[in-house]
Amino acid sequence: MVPPATIQNNSTIHLKEIPVVGYEDFLETNVNLIGDETHHCVNYFGFHYQNKIKLICCIANDQDAIVLISSAELEPGSIQGLPSFTARHLSFQLFERELHESLGLTYNDHPWLKPVRYAFNRVDQNASIENYPFYKIKSEELHEVGVGPIHAGIIEPGHFRFICNGEQILHLEIQLGYQHRGVEALFLSRKKLLQRTTLAESISGDTVAGHTTAFVNLWESLCGYPADQDLKFARTVALELERIAIHTGDLSAICTDIGYQLGSAVFGRLRTPVINFFQEWCGNRLAKGLIRAGHNHFNFSRDLANRLEKLFDDYERDFDEIWGEFHTLPTVLGRLEKTGVVSRELAASIGTVGMTARASVIMRDIRATHAYGLYDLFSPITIVKHHGDVYSRTRLRHDEIIQSMVYLRKIIRKVPSEPKVRVSLSGPKPESFGISLTEGWRGEICHCAVTDEKGELLHYKVKDPSMHNWLALAMAVRNNEISDFPICNKSFDLSYCGHDL
Amino acid sequence: MIGNIKILVHQGMQSIPDITNAEIPGPFRGTPVITSEKVDERALVELCPTGAILSSPMRIDLGNCTFCGECAFAFPDKIRFTKDYKMATNDRSRLIVAEGKAQPIMLDPDLIKREISQFFKGSLKLRQVSAGGDNSCELELNACGNVNFDMGRFGIEFVASPRHADGIVITGPLTESMATPLQNCYDAVPDPKIIILVGTDAISGGIFAGSLALNRSFLDNHKVDLYVPGNPVHPLTFINGVLELIKERKNNLAEHRIST
Repeated sequence: MVPPATIQNNSTIHLKEIPVVGYEDFLETNVNLIGDETHHCVNYFGFHYQNKIKLICCIANDQDAIVLISSAELEPGSIQGLPSFTARHLSFQLFERELHESLGLTYNDHPWLKPVRYAFNRVDQNASIENYPFYKIKSEELHEVGVGPIHAGIIEPGHFRFICNGEQILHLEIQLGYQHRGVEALFLSRKKLLQRTTLAESISGDTVAGHTTAFVNLWESLCGYPADQDLKFARTVALELERIAIHTGDLSAICTDIGYQLGSAVFGRLRTPVINFFQEWCGNRLAKGLIRAGHNHFNFSRDLANRLEKLFDDYERDFDEIWGEFHTLPTVLGRLEKTGVVSRELAASIGTVGMTARASVIMRDIRATHAYGLYDLFSPITIVKHHGDVYSRTRLRHDEIIQSMVYLRKIIRKVPSEPKVRVSLSGPKPESFGISLTEGWRGEICHCAVTDEKGELLHYKVKDPSMHNWLALAMAVRNNEISDFPICNKSFDLSYCGHDL
Repeated sequence: MIGNIKILVHQGMQSIPDITNAEIPGPFRGTPVITSEKVDERALVELCPTGAILSSPMRIDLGNCTFCGECAFAFPDKIRFTKDYKMATNDRSRLIVAEGKAQPIMLDPDLIKREISQFFKGSLKLRQVSAGGDNSCELELNACGNVNFDMGRFGIEFVASPRHADGIVITGPLTESMATPLQNCYDAVPDPKIIILVGTDAISGGIFAGSLALNRSFLDNHKVDLYVPGNPVHPLTFINGVLELIKERKNNLAEHRIST
């Protein structure tokens, strides 16, 4: 068998360098790779290419900081009844459902070949979001509970269908797609770089730094553009600030869901100065407008560095105080501990990433394994928790907030100066494939791009960490009380729009 | 218990005392000012990612603007974003800021339904519907209710059920898949009811305008009571806009808002 191409994070290769193998070999290669725990699938997608369907699978080797890229090409007549990757490893399940929905591939042994997001350009235009094929149980003892798409709070839409035995959840099926805006198609039809950057900022508005960093790193790589230190600095600072801000907001929301009003108020107000810092830096509380390919409008001044240090000192004092109270209250721990458990085995089989994986003892953190930006300066240590429950995911947020402050304190005294001459960006290289991995606050974000012979985008693929992790939520709530669903959901805090695109 | 009380004391009062005159720190991009400086108009129009810049005369449509500020960086003598966050209005055409004299964006009192101030001035309950929203406006709407902005002090709150609401607040570019749920939600709100569009995506589709995954027909069939621009909206823009909408007006005469 031809071995896959080997590339590093944020790099681009010629399309011809990716070996094209037969589908059977393609399947064997990737399924065998992922059998090794140091490997996981970061993206798997397909697109129309020279009258065929080209499939590209990207498996990250977390030990050697490389990504293994392989491909297969299918004739339009031979896309039915394929053997699935999923039958061999569950972590491919959503990728193959996506291939089924968007390109019409069918599998003879995929256990759950259901719609993903009812994309506007789906193959089966008769499939409608109103007729999603929910799993049913015939029993007079059990009942179903439907929640959404519109929820009680100010959150995005999605439908949750529970099958319950009394108060106990036996099964949860999550139906998404309500947020589908056609992001990936727009990446191709919007030709200006600024439009594409704006799109990247809007993939998930709570992960602006994460998705925009993935996009600009990928774009610069496609253009063969080495980013200056000050650009890397700004992106790294933005990513860690975003992590602190959203984690803090999530701690507030977890307090709200268990009725701990003081925690909700204090964590909520602690988020404010962090996002206001973005406001002072770039004029937008969620960092829209801050990250741009090849340049930066908002210099990180000495004055800003001083203010950030002061902010951390003030933040830490209040944060430690409320955390000290919060995590010792028996009524709080009673709600968080042993609730919504995802075992290590389950987390690994689903292919979870980011916080969800780390709360179940899986060392999965792109900052440590596939370094980018300035992360190599920190020698990042991956924090993991051992119980996979709501408490683990809560505690992990606390620990990561502290860690992010440690990282940022290390570098904000050494702000790189803007170069005297900034090289300008050229266009993307023709007939190339590029990949970019970024550790957003939720977890691993992966953007992939393929260009045609003129250097125009031929395909753009976005993968939000939520794509892997929604299934973990559905599994976590099994055998829990339905009243614990909100706290379970909040402990994952997954993205609807990041999934629906 | 003692720990909790200590925290309460240490935190003290966190809310912004004067919500209508608060100042936003840093380089906020609010209502722009367009000078009559001669520039390469085509280049300026071409620059905008969403086509929010219109030429002869030069105008910026804040209902379509992503507030990225790129136009102001490229043509600093022509366009400048001020820190005026009071950008909400009930007249869509007032979101189009024209070249020349800077004017604050205000509501048109003649367009406000009489029952709004009659019923809602002291208490307005809203149901939020995200229809393809990217969760940025949603985060900011949540922030409106936190201890800093404390919108609840004005009787304005988000509620869990449309049946308890006086109106709906829509974010996002209105996706096809949300068309039916949005209509159902609106129908479930008892009369009289209002519609507020929050954020550029909701007002015009923003960067998603023209995407085949959208269905904006809801807006063809219903009158919008308030447009709140931003990407995402700033909580101060939202709260001040809503306060302007529901406040009691004497004699229905146009009032001049104190500009900031």
